Amino acid sequence: MTDTSVSTDSTQRRDQQEPILNVTGLKTYFFTRAGEVRAVDGVDLSLKPGEIVGLVGESGSGKSVTSMSILQLVSDPGKIVAGEVMFDGQRLDKMSKRQMRNIRGDRISMIFQQPNASLNPVFRAGEQIAEVYAAHTALKKAVRNERAVEMLEKVGIPDPASRAKAYPHELSGGMAQRVMIAMALASKPDVLIADEPTTALDVTIQAQILDLMVSMRDELGTAILLITHDLGVVAETADRVAVMYAGQIVEESPTNELFADPQHPYTQGLIGSIPMPGERRERLTVIPGRVPNLVDMPPGCRFAPRCEARIAHNLTKCTEVEPDLLQISPGRKVRCWLFEEPDPTADGAS
Amino acid sequence: MGRFIARRLLSAVPVLLGILLLVFSIARLIPGDPCLLALGERATEELCDAYNERFGLDEPIVTQLGIYLGDVAQGDLGDSLRFSKPVTTLLKERLPTTVELTLAALFIAVLIGIPLGVMSAYRHNSKLDVVTMVFANTGVSMPVFWLGLMLQYLFAVVLQDTPLFLPPSGRLKAGMIPEPFYEKWGLPEIGIFEFISNMEILNGMLTLNWEVFWSATSHMILPALALATIPMAIIARMTRSSLLDVLGLDYVRTARAKGLKENVVILRHALRNALLPVITVIGLSLGALLGGAILTETIFNLSGVGKTLFDAIEARDYPVVQGFTLFIAFVFVLVNLLVDVLYTYLDPRVRVS
Repeated sequence: MTDTSVSTDSTQRRDQQEPILNVTGLKTYFFTRAGEVRAVDGVDLSLKPGEIVGLVGESGSGKSVTSMSILQLVSDPGKIVAGEVMFDGQRLDKMSKRQMRNIRGDRISMIFQQPNASLNPVFRAGEQIAEVYAAHTALKKAVRNERAVEMLEKVGIPDPASRAKAYPHELSGGMAQRVMIAMALASKPDVLIADEPTTALDVTIQAQILDLMVSMRDELGTAILLITHDLGVVAETADRVAVMYAGQIVEESPTNELFADPQHPYTQGLIGSIPMPGERRERLTVIPGRVPNLVDMPPGCRFAPRCEARIAHNLTKCTEVEPDLLQISPGRKVRCWLFEEPDPTADGAS
Repeated sequence: MGRFIARRLLSAVPVLLGILLLVFSIARLIPGDPCLLALGERATEELCDAYNERFGLDEPIVTQLGIYLGDVAQGDLGDSLRFSKPVTTLLKERLPTTVELTLAALFIAVLIGIPLGVMSAYRHNSKLDVVTMVFANTGVSMPVFWLGLMLQYLFAVVLQDTPLFLPPSGRLKAGMIPEPFYEKWGLPEIGIFEFISNMEILNGMLTLNWEVFWSATSHMILPALALATIPMAIIARMTRSSLLDVLGLDYVRTARAKGLKENVVILRHALRNALLPVITVIGLSLGALLGGAILTETIFNLSGVGKTLFDAIEARDYPVVQGFTLFIAFVFVLVNLLVDVLYTYLDPRVRVS
């Protein structure tokens, strides 16, 4: 993102494109003994080719379940109960197991939080990358291995030929995540889902991995769904951000607008809780209360019990009726009763 | 790797020595006089003195121990009081049957136990899983002597005149004296060949004598089944729980996200890791079974290591008790070593640098 003009150009180009991935009304529930856990409850999300979308939220807000639902990898007792996942004109949720397998790892791939644990300890790094070619191409073994080494080189691993022979426990966290990225991008997928890719890494390595992801996007045109709880990661990397709270998206906006002018009281709270260098504040803002129990959701807006704006504006509707995700300006959506009728005073609510 | 094995073998010496001391003392602490057991209740005192002198039993126990340890260090385990032949010879005669029985039982246990465990884990909490685990728990708690008797009753009595009849005891059909394979093919009569020729199933195959082969195999089926039940149940349960753990791990999710087929995910990615603890269990079973399955060998009248040891204890045949116990301990050490070496091949994380 050093070259603004290029970035703006490609952003404009993207704006005219149809989304490669479009999730609408996704609901994934877990049927446990304690009750129905509504981990994902009506999520809409779209991703255009080459776009990086950040999906932000606290632990337990349903980010990872959303990503597993996209890949149709939700396992028992979880179940996708409603919604559709459109990918390149096809409904993933209607696909057979075999069709879905052909998509996974080939056209949509994924990387995870714990890179070392995400690699199989008994196979060499190179083998695990080559396996992607074995599953999705008819290449010969020697060629597959060669390609694996090329991928390792591409993700910036020094001495890739010998690194390909390393076992996961012989790799550092950063290296292992590079291997994971090499594996995920081996078949030049249209979409990469990165689930907290940098959370387990230390800060300098985090920056390297994020840079790598951005440069791979630039090179391969892969759209990235970047799932994280870290607003800093999103600010640096994403073109657009969706903020999740208790299984729903509460705000969606281009990244810079979101940080400059957050609309939803929850987003405002989140951004207020980041320490800013050079800024003097007595205390960081905190959001009072805690995430609601996903089994026993409050009626009305899920954020209402913790919402200070609701009290400040003396809104009673919030605890009774659930708000919809409202479009408040081009590219910006908010799920909050404050925006029911666009009202300039509703801004700066906190 | 060579140094690792050598170190491990060397560290086994004190263990074996300790076992030897223990068995030596315990054998002599059991009440009962070997002379009276060998020569009969009415043997005279002079006769017993002569007997004791001949076998060195008149020396003080510490001296006996010293002499014995000296002999063992030279590879001599002494002579059996009952059979008047070297313990090592006796071991060579009796071990092949035990080896055959062990391998047959373990083969059945692994071949059935692992797939059962895999299916149970994969169809976790399904009817199949419940049935399998009830079966496995029954297997673990089934007394082998009872199971052995029931198998004999079913296959030798109930099914007596059907093609499903299986012989209830012994090693071969009465009167059958198979030709050792080395004689048939004009090979020299060396120890290892003799040992192999005493494994009747193998010998039948090597001499191409299919009558002997079938007779030996049919005699082995029931004891092997009886003996396999417990290890099979343990292996099935271990495979199930270990695979269930592994299936929840991150790298299995990665394998699925890569678009691999479900059987590749389970068999290549998950099972390979899940088998590590199972291999330990198989190793322990192998050690225990090679040490002789006393009950099974007794019920099915197979003169293997276990039955011989049991008879030797009854007859206070001290050298045999000591020698066989030492051998069993040594087998355990070797099997453990084998498991450790296998681990280094299966799990790169424990590879010795």
